Amino acid sequence: MGKAMTDHHVILRIVAKVLIPFIALYGFYVQFHGEYSPGGGFQAGVILAVTLILYSLIFGIAPTMRAVTPVFARGVAAFGFLLYAAVGIAALIGGGNFLDYDALVDEPEGGHLGQHLGIIVIEIGVLMAVAGSMTAIFYAFAGRVSEIRDEDW
Amino acid sequence: MTGNEGADHAVALLNIGLLSILFIVAVAMARLRSLFAIVMLSGIYSLVSATWFVALDAVDVAFTEASVGAGISTALFLAAMVLTSRTAKPEKGATKIVPLLVVIATGAVLVYATIDLPGFGDPGSPANSHIGVEYLARTKAEIGIPNVVTAVLASYRGFDTLGEVGVVFAAGLAVTLLLGFGERALGSSRSQAAGRPRPKEVSGLDGKDGQSDD
Repeated sequence: MGKAMTDHHVILRIVAKVLIPFIALYGFYVQFHGEYSPGGGFQAGVILAVTLILYSLIFGIAPTMRAVTPVFARGVAAFGFLLYAAVGIAALIGGGNFLDYDALVDEPEGGHLGQHLGIIVIEIGVLMAVAGSMTAIFYAFAGRVSEIRDEDW
Repeated sequence: MTGNEGADHAVALLNIGLLSILFIVAVAMARLRSLFAIVMLSGIYSLVSATWFVALDAVDVAFTEASVGAGISTALFLAAMVLTSRTAKPEKGATKIVPLLVVIATGAVLVYATIDLPGFGDPGSPANSHIGVEYLARTKAEIGIPNVVTAVLASYRGFDTLGEVGVVFAAGLAVTLLLGFGERALGSSRSQAAGRPRPKEVSGLDGKDGQSDD
């Protein structure tokens, strides 16, 4: 981040600074409102990854990597996938089929707690896997050049 | 006739307009040589198709197209473009006849195939008469959430979705294995900013990869 960046991109940086928290908040809205409206883990994960990418486009890749380390991104991706699979195994242990959410909770006939719980947990797994993978892919590309040169804008 | 001919005409007009924009953008992308402009146009293409999906009442698909197609794909293309040159090489020689014929023939076959497709929103079509009806009827009693798309995606077809998440994860894994983990950026940015004091918290992050760049 040389002097040229502070001169040329001051508007971009201010606007991004204001926008990024709202984009992240919208990502979480999409995640946790997915049962009621369009959206869910895939879209929310992508939106959260985009907030990181926007940050790194404006402020540089190195500060982004210091905030969210590549190791953390990869770990989140793997953990999300395993979390999803773990719900399936939990259902197996509960006496149902793989990913049969009704078996997660012991409830009377017609109850939906198990379904709700299963869907919420697997959507969190999807969110983590997608956001982590997308961030890792972006790091793999963008990490090969340290800064975006001014003429590339 | 549905009794809403005015609305039908409006929707038809909207569809024609959006599809024309898609066509124009696609032709422009095929003719341009500047990669930056092509990446931006592909983002516009995704946004317009997302709008069109909304017009087709496929809101979930539209949302995914807008976030994945217009959002992250564009960003990833930009990131990949920084690694390569800014313009595509110009085509050598005149227009090639054989690829043109292949494209025209494929297009003709596809147009011929659409004649057999059911009409848009046809209640007798396979999509609207077999399993789709079942999902709509059962979701309220069995899953108890309002969004049937989420119920199908997360519960009825949960195993498929697990596979999709696995594909996304495998893609991320494959790219990082092919291109490296990206930690090199931390090392090289440190060596570029030689005049500044080195941030201490970086030193623990990058491995031997970053050191070799210095």
